[in-house]
Amino acid sequence: MLAALLRFNFLGGLYMSFLSHLISGVSLGSIYAIIALGYTMVYGIAKMLNFAHGDVIMVGAYVCFFAVSRYDMPVIPSVLLAVAACTALGVFIERLAYKPLRSAPSLAVLITAIGMSYFLQNSAQLLWTSNPKVFSSVVGNGSVKFFDGRLSISYNVIVTVLACIIIMSVLTWFTGRTKMGKAMRACSEDKDAAQLMGINVNATISMTFAIGSALAAVAGVLLCSVYPTLMPTTGSMPGIKAFTAAVFGGIGSIPGALLGGTLLGVIEIFAKAYISTQLSDAIVFLVLIIVLLVKPAGLLGKQVQEKV
Amino acid sequence: MNLQKSTLNAVFTYTLVVVAFVVAQGLIKSGNISSTLRGQLAPICAYIVMAVSLNLTVGILGELSLGHAGFMSVGAFSGVVACVSLANVIPLEPLRLVVGMLVGASCASAVGFFIGIPVLRLGGDYLAIVTLACGEIIKNLVTCMYVGMDSHGLHFSFLTSASALQLEKGGKVIINGPMGIAGIPKLSTFTMGFMLVMFTLFIVMNLVNSRAGRAIMALRDNRIAAESVGIPVTKYKLMAFVTSAALAGAAGALYAMNFSTVVATKFNFNTSILILVYVVLGGLGNIWGSVVAAAVLTVLPEMLRGFNDYRMLVYAVVLIIVMIVTNNARFKAIPTRLKKRLRGASNV
Amino acid sequence: MFERGQKTKLAPLPATIFVPERDVDKQPILEAHNLGIDFGGLTALDGFNFAVSPTEIAGLIGPNGAGKTTVFSLLSKVYQPTRGAILLNGRDTMGMSTVQVNRAGIARTFQNIRLFNNLTVEDNVKLGLHNHIKYGMLSGILRTPNYWKQEKSAAMRVKELLSIFNMEHMVGKRAGSLPYGAQRRLEIIRALATGPKVLLLDEPAAGMNPSETDELMENIVKVRDTFQIAIVLIEHDMNLVMGICEGICVLNFGKIIAKGAPGDIQNNPLVIEAYLGRQKKDGQHAES
Repeated sequence: MLAALLRFNFLGGLYMSFLSHLISGVSLGSIYAIIALGYTMVYGIAKMLNFAHGDVIMVGAYVCFFAVSRYDMPVIPSVLLAVAACTALGVFIERLAYKPLRSAPSLAVLITAIGMSYFLQNSAQLLWTSNPKVFSSVVGNGSVKFFDGRLSISYNVIVTVLACIIIMSVLTWFTGRTKMGKAMRACSEDKDAAQLMGINVNATISMTFAIGSALAAVAGVLLCSVYPTLMPTTGSMPGIKAFTAAVFGGIGSIPGALLGGTLLGVIEIFAKAYISTQLSDAIVFLVLIIVLLVKPAGLLGKQVQEKV
Repeated sequence: MNLQKSTLNAVFTYTLVVVAFVVAQGLIKSGNISSTLRGQLAPICAYIVMAVSLNLTVGILGELSLGHAGFMSVGAFSGVVACVSLANVIPLEPLRLVVGMLVGASCASAVGFFIGIPVLRLGGDYLAIVTLACGEIIKNLVTCMYVGMDSHGLHFSFLTSASALQLEKGGKVIINGPMGIAGIPKLSTFTMGFMLVMFTLFIVMNLVNSRAGRAIMALRDNRIAAESVGIPVTKYKLMAFVTSAALAGAAGALYAMNFSTVVATKFNFNTSILILVYVVLGGLGNIWGSVVAAAVLTVLPEMLRGFNDYRMLVYAVVLIIVMIVTNNARFKAIPTRLKKRLRGASNV
Repeated sequence: MFERGQKTKLAPLPATIFVPERDVDKQPILEAHNLGIDFGGLTALDGFNFAVSPTEIAGLIGPNGAGKTTVFSLLSKVYQPTRGAILLNGRDTMGMSTVQVNRAGIARTFQNIRLFNNLTVEDNVKLGLHNHIKYGMLSGILRTPNYWKQEKSAAMRVKELLSIFNMEHMVGKRAGSLPYGAQRRLEIIRALATGPKVLLLDEPAAGMNPSETDELMENIVKVRDTFQIAIVLIEHDMNLVMGICEGICVLNFGKIIAKGAPGDIQNNPLVIEAYLGRQKKDGQHAES
């Protein structure tokens, strides 16, 4: 009797730890998904890999950090300030560096984006030094307890997942129903045809960068709320992973970004918990490779056959 | 006609490298070179080899690879293990380095082969992201690796710690997981680097101007047409990819043997990108361009040490400006317009 | 079962394709039996029966979207057929790749020219000769005597091939920089260089002016006579098709609607309907 009870407890514990890993995986995945959205939208429209996206995240986090800690601003206005700053930065980067290269080979644009990434990282280093800043969570460090306290879900997780769901729904509505959203989809199909239909392609591309960068700011704030060390290089690894997530789900597809991001987050947390912390990145990338070999356009991507 | 043109190009490239080597040797002899730059000479050679070999994949084959540093890493670690373990067998240092580079090249080409077979079926941005992933995986795996040596030979262990190698007394840990390798014998010299560069140029330029090289370039220009004239895609893609990996492996061994310590995280995504920047700035498919770009861009940040804090910033700005100026239609038109104006003026 | 002149339901004409007298007692070099392909539920080609004799010039015509290029892509194995079989010289090509089928003797050109634009004219033709140049990667890198010998004889062969279309002087030019007509001709030479038994030409006269087209017609016949190969061509220029093709096959909506000699095709009501739309009783044209 006692033994059975113990066994039940043991299994229950396993189950609980599985559940809590799953929840933190989904939470990390939600952050990846929000970042991946920026990559996927920009890729869909401008057909370019915006490597500077990860660094926009970092800028967003710094703006929010300074607004809260140095100027004692309340949380919501500081987040909004970060969003505004990143939106402006995104549009500025697009105008300055990418727009002159609209018809250039994709590799040239890629290198420019890499240059922009270096530029942002090094500017951040000059402005804010490379000493890590300790970011305090924008939603506080409390948590909600379930199952007599055996499972606790932090406010961070709740807010992150909620934010991801809200952003996803709004974006789906935006691209599907609004005039601007339809223009975006038209541009991603065929820019020349869109232009002939009277769509302002330049404005549409700027808008895409604006939305992507605004999302990057939100992602930056959420990311640093969970992982509180803020450095000029903070954005680069999550940036690469989110980019991987976008490809994983099928680059150019908004639901794909959500699916890819969430799966990547869950795989990463599970690999850390059950296989090896050191090897978690290798496992994440290995899964990506396997998925691409089986489905070369990603999970939800459209396979395009070259016409002869 | 065509052969002559390519021969001229090759002669120019070899001459360029030889002249640069002679000039640098002269500067060393006369003491007109800073000690930091002098220490950089062998790494510069390694970077040149990296750039030329990546150009084979990106410029000649036309497939974007973002994980080239991974092959450098494989070459560096396997090369160092070979050199350290053969210390008593081959006392002659340059020969030991050559063996190390050979081992590095073979290990890197083996890795390139096994990655290439499944991965090269993908194309474009997907191949790019997968090579990035492979580079990260290699970095991650090397970080978890422990290798030691005692009188019984080499011991390997994975994901544990150095003590798990169970070395006997007097045994030596060569690769110590995340700490990498410490106490590497400094076998690399500028002359050896120069020789590796010449060897790389020989391989790559002769390959390009042969039957195989033509097939590789045909795949870049038009895959479907290449298949229609009977050129097997996978074979030639693999040939370019594996050759490129092998050369990167040799460069990795040369690079590692110039420093006393090397860690796996040195060969990360940023290093891959750095080399890609050399290739793109030097011109895709342009071999001597890669040589010059790699040399200048490695020396440039050193020169900019004067304004230390700003040098990477300046580097980034230069990169962006160069890309915009060389690729924007309006800027591209400037030289022709200038010429026209000059000619117009001289006519009047 | 695989007899020549298999009847198709839609063809009211004698369904035998015209066989030039010289080829009457020879096996056809290329046969398609009941060939068909679906793209995700959409049938692009169905019930395609077709035979080409060893030195025939055959034409494949039909309105836009009729499935002509699809036939070429099936014959050259860019797509694998959903149904049916392709026989080259009596041998089934099932499971072969584009590369293998080219080595077996089918070469093609493309509707939208696909040259190796950044390479020279010489290199383009040498790539056609790829499987006839015999040296390995290592002797290429080490420049062995065999390398020099092979490259030299390949260069000679390139000159010979280019001289068919009087293009020897363009040998060192970049393929992408050639004028349109020369690019089309170069593509034919590159295909010829692979040493095919059957040459598939996809709209060889597209974008050419009448005098260029006349020259091309002469050249196609010359190529057939010199190399003794079969040529199948897709073309919209009826002067060219009726001028040099010995047998013609008309496709519409993925099905053969007529086969026969040029004279029969010209007067076939089904063919006229496919091109011009249905002739109503009151004499008005309806939209097709």
